Amino acid sequence: MIGLLLLVPLAGMLISIFLPARLSKYWAAAVSAATALLSVQLLRTGATAERMPWIPSLGVDYHVAADGISLLMLVLTTVMTLLAILASFESVKDRVKEFYALLLLLESAMLGVFVAQDFVLFFVFFEFSLVPMYFLIGLWGGERRLYAAIKFFLYTLSGSVFLLLGIIALYLKSGARTFDAATLLAAPLDPVTAQWVFWAFFLAFAIKVPMFPLHTWLPDAHTEAPTAGSVILAGVMLKMGTYGFLRFSLPLLPQAGHAREIVTVLGVLSIIAILYGALVSLMQKDWKRLVAYSSVSHLGFCTLGLFSLNASGISGSVLQQVNHGISTGLLFLIVGIVYERRHTRVIADFGGLAHAMPNMSVIFAIAMLSSAGLPLLNGFVGEFAILNGAYQANALWAYWSVPGVVLGAAYLLWLYQRTMLGPAQEVNARLQDLTVREWLTVLPLVAWAISIGVYPKPYFDLIAPGVKAALEALHRS
Amino acid sequence: MAESQQLWLIPALPLLGFLINSTVGRKMSKQFVSFIAIASVVASFLWVAKTLNALGALDQPHVEHYFTWIASGTFSVGFDFSVDRLTSIMLLVVTGIGSLIHIYATGYMAHEGGYYRFFAYLNLFMFFMLILVLAANFLLLFVGWEGVGLCSYLLIGFYFLEKSAGDAGKKAFIVNRVGDFGFSLAMFLVFINFGSLDFGTVFGKAATLQPEHSAGMITAICLLLLVGAAGKSAQIPLYVWLPDAMAGPTPVSALIHAATMVTAGVYMVCRSSSLFNNAPLAMETVAIVGTATAFFAATMGLAQNDIKKVFAYSTVSQLGYMFLGAGVGAYSAGIFHVVTHAFFKALLFLGAGSVIMACHHEQDMRWYGGLRKKIPVTFGTLCCAWVAIAGIPPFSGYHSKDAILLAAYEHARPLFWIGALTAAMTAFYVSRAMFLTFFGEYRGPNPHPDHGHGGHDDHAHGDDHAAHGHDAHAHKDHGHGHQEIKESPAVMTIPLVILALLSLGGGFFNIPDWLEPVLGSSHAEHDPTAVAVLYATFIVGIGLAYVMYVLSPSLPDKLASSFKGLHTLIYNKYFVDEVYDVTIVHPITEGSRYFLWKGVDAGLIDGAVNGAGSVSRWLGGTLRHLQGGNIRSYATWVAAGAVFVVLAMSVWGGVR
Repeated sequence: MIGLLLLVPLAGMLISIFLPARLSKYWAAAVSAATALLSVQLLRTGATAERMPWIPSLGVDYHVAADGISLLMLVLTTVMTLLAILASFESVKDRVKEFYALLLLLESAMLGVFVAQDFVLFFVFFEFSLVPMYFLIGLWGGERRLYAAIKFFLYTLSGSVFLLLGIIALYLKSGARTFDAATLLAAPLDPVTAQWVFWAFFLAFAIKVPMFPLHTWLPDAHTEAPTAGSVILAGVMLKMGTYGFLRFSLPLLPQAGHAREIVTVLGVLSIIAILYGALVSLMQKDWKRLVAYSSVSHLGFCTLGLFSLNASGISGSVLQQVNHGISTGLLFLIVGIVYERRHTRVIADFGGLAHAMPNMSVIFAIAMLSSAGLPLLNGFVGEFAILNGAYQANALWAYWSVPGVVLGAAYLLWLYQRTMLGPAQEVNARLQDLTVREWLTVLPLVAWAISIGVYPKPYFDLIAPGVKAALEALHRS
Repeated sequence: MAESQQLWLIPALPLLGFLINSTVGRKMSKQFVSFIAIASVVASFLWVAKTLNALGALDQPHVEHYFTWIASGTFSVGFDFSVDRLTSIMLLVVTGIGSLIHIYATGYMAHEGGYYRFFAYLNLFMFFMLILVLAANFLLLFVGWEGVGLCSYLLIGFYFLEKSAGDAGKKAFIVNRVGDFGFSLAMFLVFINFGSLDFGTVFGKAATLQPEHSAGMITAICLLLLVGAAGKSAQIPLYVWLPDAMAGPTPVSALIHAATMVTAGVYMVCRSSSLFNNAPLAMETVAIVGTATAFFAATMGLAQNDIKKVFAYSTVSQLGYMFLGAGVGAYSAGIFHVVTHAFFKALLFLGAGSVIMACHHEQDMRWYGGLRKKIPVTFGTLCCAWVAIAGIPPFSGYHSKDAILLAAYEHARPLFWIGALTAAMTAFYVSRAMFLTFFGEYRGPNPHPDHGHGGHDDHAHGDDHAAHGHDAHAHKDHGHGHQEIKESPAVMTIPLVILALLSLGGGFFNIPDWLEPVLGSSHAEHDPTAVAVLYATFIVGIGLAYVMYVLSPSLPDKLASSFKGLHTLIYNKYFVDEVYDVTIVHPITEGSRYFLWKGVDAGLIDGAVNGAGSVSRWLGGTLRHLQGGNIRSYATWVAAGAVFVVLAMSVWGGVR
């Protein structure tokens, strides 16, 4: 089943090359819808692991499996891809065939990241997600797309080099002739090597998340990417970093020297990201850039939860990764919807949109409140679990990061006021409200946000076994 | 376990009203929208009445568990509702006053745009407020707490075309979030120490704790809770949002910013009384914060010209009394004052709304005068609120305020004297508002073709904008032609009359006795000196106002010019908003813009990134080939990187 899930978008991409360009978008939508249904089906039935030799001489296997955490990430990926494709129907006009083919390729790669159990396989998927995104930004992006694409590429590629370095070191040092992740991570290491490998992995994933101070590719990439690119970047790709932390970095901690100091450093970096991202967000003049910086802050919460190293923090973090995908995905979709009408992202060009586009302003309000962590919407639950975990790990962490919640409300409400409220300027007064297609792109996320907010227990239940396993690995010594 | 009372219906009914009005309301008639809005709240009130009737004496809390909301590790919180004697009072006040204000609002908002939106928000507010009072654990209370804050934000900003309304809404939300900082941390601390957020569990354990081991922890929890309460209930130093909140429509001011939501902080403190009782230091802080707020807000109320601002500062001040009550251990007196205040302050605001409507959305009292004959029902009912808030026996405010102040007399003599002085000021500013509005000669514009605000000279001062703003836009067609001052329609005056009766007689509900099993006794000795002082307060307050605003109307201006500094200070509310701007808001915004964003982000980090200069350019040159689709070069790069890494490791790392 997992293999099928990975194959469907890939096959869809290959077939799309032979289809006429005017059908591309419908084909891509159909393929991604099928993939989404498949992932939901997997979520319901559970997934069985698949394993076969790939490069036997090196001990590389095709080995995929999915626990609850992976399944959740798979569903997030397929849903976000489907919506990203739907959102691009009108806005992408040139090189249409390539655009949708790249999105499908990207989907396969991202799905692979969340199921790979073999380091080489993981690395391949991790890298392969980079290329389509590079092209999406570089070819269909905004004015400074080239700068943004190259910056994104350089940053992430340097991270990948460290990831590769870490994997090879682990392979060589452990003496196990396999790239099986579980085996390698469980193999005894001396503290110095473990620490070096930890930092190598850390760099790769920290750039992907991104953690302060490695985040500056993100505002450019998010801002310049086409809507589909921003939605997928924020919704899924950043989570490849946090997912990597959870699966591959945390298990190394018990063996690494100075683990306690390392965790303290990472906690502090997370808090800096939370506050710094929020403060910088506050002063942005570009709508999309503001949302981009808010991601730095929100991902700070996610990493803070992870490095709390307790059940509440880690499960909150995993849930919040999904939540961030939903709320920030929504925010980017809205920016895209407005951009298609006005072709500007400068906040000062707006105001009074609530009057011209009342339905859109309601959806934007829900997205904003979900992002700001209002109870009964998704963001609150994750944030609360994370902060609760952080408090248990180190009370000071909670004291320092809760102001991020206050600032979160500040930059979002201010954005809302400047774009939606007040009198409408002439150019904005007669904009068309949401079309049926646009409703279709936003409604699933709104429904998802409310359902997680009102009844998050099934998600916690789904996440729990993976979190338990991670904690057991942490406390094994 | 008693049989289920379907408590969930109490909040679910207004939620249903919200869902109907928010989805189809825009296309429906105003009658339909009004019907849904009122019916859902009245039905909720009736369900409360039925439930309380069935539950009887409520010697034990009645708890209903619906589902487990969050469960992760050892952390588990249920979606549980609970009704005890304290909840019963709050339920009746919220749904009862809520019903009256919904009815009134159908008259007040009859000519406004966004009618369906207004009532949808109002119903949503009822939903969250009822969750807040029904919640059986801290986290669910917090859900209601945040939810009412959201509705407050939406309704303050209801006239969203006005920037001032948007500003005020945003300010309210953010200041409340600062309070929530404390509330959240308090919850984490409670969970760590008690292993639960459930009221029953936490308070049960708190009662058995050894004070010597737990005092510090409990004090920390209570102080953090106080930060939360100070945000929601507009106490020093977080009161600044409430006066600005008057930018919302007047029924909102009455319901949310006087009768219900702003008392949530008091409710929360009283709800946690078994924690506070173990933290004397926190209780003292509550009492001092309450007294200081009561006093300073009253002084600010003395010099306001906007009728809603006067009542807004009055609300802040009265909330201070409630905190004083809780702080000196007279929790039930505090809740008693919550109830009577809900009656008379809702009435004051609704009456003010009636005056404002009669005067074509003029809110400046200097343009009122002599209205008592023109709007007699409004005048008569407002008089009932007047005697209630001024503390004249036997009307409602007298009973509750004196219960608080007499308790303060026993426990903290200085606080009693400040409280008494505040009571005199209260009587003064309310009397001033009444005299300016209803007595003397009408000072407003005579029927005049262009009645507008440009004509008034010194009247458009900064913060007055907030309250005035909307009529410039929302009521453009008012103020032309029909200038006669008319009494409000019956849908508005009937709620006024009911509230007037409650304001007069509400003091005879024996709420402290009813609450004694939950909150302890707050019965205080009726010390003759104290009682005499309290009688003196309203006599002095009303008398002074009578002299200044009826007998010798030129006196206030003379006083203002001879105590110019003091008057400026009070009139500008001690410049607290300005101080917050300079010390908090500006450093944050400017620091973020110039230091963090332009400095650290764009300068330092990106500078370093770009400054990997030659390397970057060289790589950039190579990578540009990718645009042509040369994926092989990328693959080469990864491979080359891998080779480099392995080589590097074998050189430095001593592989094997």
